[in-house]
Amino acid sequence: MNIIVCLKQVPDTETQIKIAADGKGIVTDDIKWVMNPYDEFGVEEALKLKEKFGGEVTVVGLGPKRVTESIRTALAMGADKGVLVVDDALQGSDSLGVAKALAAAIKDMPHDLIFAGQRAVDEDLGVVGAFLAEFLGIPHVALAVKVEVAEDGKSAKVHRPVEGQTLVVETPFPALITTQKGLNEPRYASLPGIMKAKKKPLAEKSLADLGLDPAGFGESARKLKIVKLTPPPERKAGKIVEGETPAEKAAALAKLLRDEAKVI
Amino acid sequence: MAQGVWTVAEQREGEIRKITYEVVSEGRRLADALGQSLTVVLLGNGIKDKAAALAQYGADKVLVAEDQRLETYTTDAYTAVVAQLVKAEEPAMLLMGASVQGKDLSSRVAARLDVAVAQDCTAFAVEDGNLVATRPIYAGKAYAQVTFEQSWPQMATARPNVMSVNEPDASRTAEVVDAQFQLDDGELKTKVVEAIKDASGKIDLTEADKIVSGGRGMKGPENYAILEELAQVIGASVGASRSAVDAGWRSHTDQVGQTGKVVSPNLYIACGISGAIQHLAGMGTSKVIVAINKDPDAPIFQKADYGVVGDLFDVVPALTEEIKKMI
Ligand SMILES: Cc1cc2nc3c(=O)[nH]c(=O)nc-3n(C[C@H](O)[C@H](O)[C@H](O)COP(=O)(O)OP(=O)(O)OC[C@H]3O[C@@H](n4cnc5c(N)ncnc54)[C@H](O)[C@@H]3O)c2cc1C
Repeated sequence: MNIIVCLKQVPDTETQIKIAADGKGIVTDDIKWVMNPYDEFGVEEALKLKEKFGGEVTVVGLGPKRVTESIRTALAMGADKGVLVVDDALQGSDSLGVAKALAAAIKDMPHDLIFAGQRAVDEDLGVVGAFLAEFLGIPHVALAVKVEVAEDGKSAKVHRPVEGQTLVVETPFPALITTQKGLNEPRYASLPGIMKAKKKPLAEKSLADLGLDPAGFGESARKLKIVKLTPPPERKAGKIVEGETPAEKAAALAKLLRDEAKVI
Repeated sequence: MAQGVWTVAEQREGEIRKITYEVVSEGRRLADALGQSLTVVLLGNGIKDKAAALAQYGADKVLVAEDQRLETYTTDAYTAVVAQLVKAEEPAMLLMGASVQGKDLSSRVAARLDVAVAQDCTAFAVEDGNLVATRPIYAGKAYAQVTFEQSWPQMATARPNVMSVNEPDASRTAEVVDAQFQLDDGELKTKVVEAIKDASGKIDLTEADKIVSGGRGMKGPENYAILEELAQVIGASVGASRSAVDAGWRSHTDQVGQTGKVVSPNLYIACGISGAIQHLAGMGTSKVIVAINKDPDAPIFQKADYGVVGDLFDVVPALTEEIKKMI
């Protein structure tokens, strides 16, 4: 089975965000970059399926050169090879641009199954997986917590929680599945894994390599335009509920919730 | 020229979901700001009788797409129909709920139309006839105002529980129109083979009006009984921090936070939760936050409207009793 995992590099979740002077982006100087947490689930699931069905796992990243580190991490976990779509003209692209470039990179690679994170924890848009599937003309099933691939390796039943229930969706391959928490526990890269990863193939593709016109990408081609970024609205300092005993505190809180906050 | 605001209704088993009324109400406000009409697209099977309810919340027109294959949501079928209807009538704006279904459908429709979509927005405005959407990014550590460039319809989804719902007006009526569309079986690749209902029957966290959440301070799965009891009394759903989920005390569908669910209830009661940045990411847009924690320096107190410093095993049951007395 040939499996492709899409990977994005994002600021570590502990990162404090500083809004850049132009108010349209963030200061990226001191950021620690990590693999998008949702993409780790995709890597893990692909490796598990490879263990069962054989085949090859290819990790496809897009972004600046530093994304190589995250691809190497996935290779160290056990993926077979990596591809980085990297081009100055991609800088500032919106999700449509990113998905179009990924589609161009992936369309000629053999693939039964593609994994993508359900969203990236930077822009939190959660659209690239569906966009990519649409551009490749294949079905997608979002928010998987369980993937049961049929014995013949040609279809899967995917469990996806929607509000109040879990749907089991059957999809033929090729298909794209977006991953979320609950699907699996991503493994850590072992030391031998890290050593081996250094020798695994990692190709770079520019827009020209993919036969794409740079004019269709980058800041100027954005259809979703950022007007400005602002810090989140401040929550005003709250009240500490006073009382001698837990019972007194509870009574005071109950009153506040009813009379002041009016939520009870 | 693109004209009119559209929203897509969400139904399950023939019942309109609450998020639909939130989006229709917001759609009404935007349509009024533009001086244009509001159309609600309603997809399903034998669903037309629900059009009247949509009118009461502000729809001028309800475009009903009925087909057996639209009875239950599938990405393939709904995308095919919505994209066709949009192409035929060219609305200026297209809004959906940022529910699991709405995010799924809006993404795929956007790609089919080659337009942008702003997901999970917490506010909308109209400026110079264009939609300006506000959306939390970096897990709520910043807010982005976004707009659209060469992208019609302007598409966005609204985070559940954030937009206010209009008072239904029983005297309002809407024009109800049968939508014209074609659905080709060859396009329908995925199939819902089973729908497993949550045994608890509780309201999903993303839609809950109140949430009582427990973290590592709960010390074990059995102790969630005291949260369940409080939840029962105030009509809340029970959530959890990642620590509690990773410890196996609660299901991962209960996790609130950056890698869990983003919730916006009117009341969020965090019990034995420290308030790590990744947890705050999931509940920071709650209207009223209460923290119960024995550590006075826990970061959660910085975000809480009401804080109780104390042992949750004493405070929570006492709170439950107090509220029982009140109501
Ligand atoms: C990539 C990434 C993603 C993450 N995603 C999430 C996420 O989605 N959601 C999430 O929640 N976390 C997430 N985390 C984890 C997060 O960083 C914290 O580790 C987690 O939120 C801590 O959970 P907690 O508050 O329950 O536990 P702790 O931090 O251990 O806090 C327990 C609290 O309970 C209090 N306490 C203990 N006993 C009592 C008592 N008897 N009475 C009152 N108070 C008591 C303690 O004072 C303490 O403040 C993520 C982390 C990473 C790195």
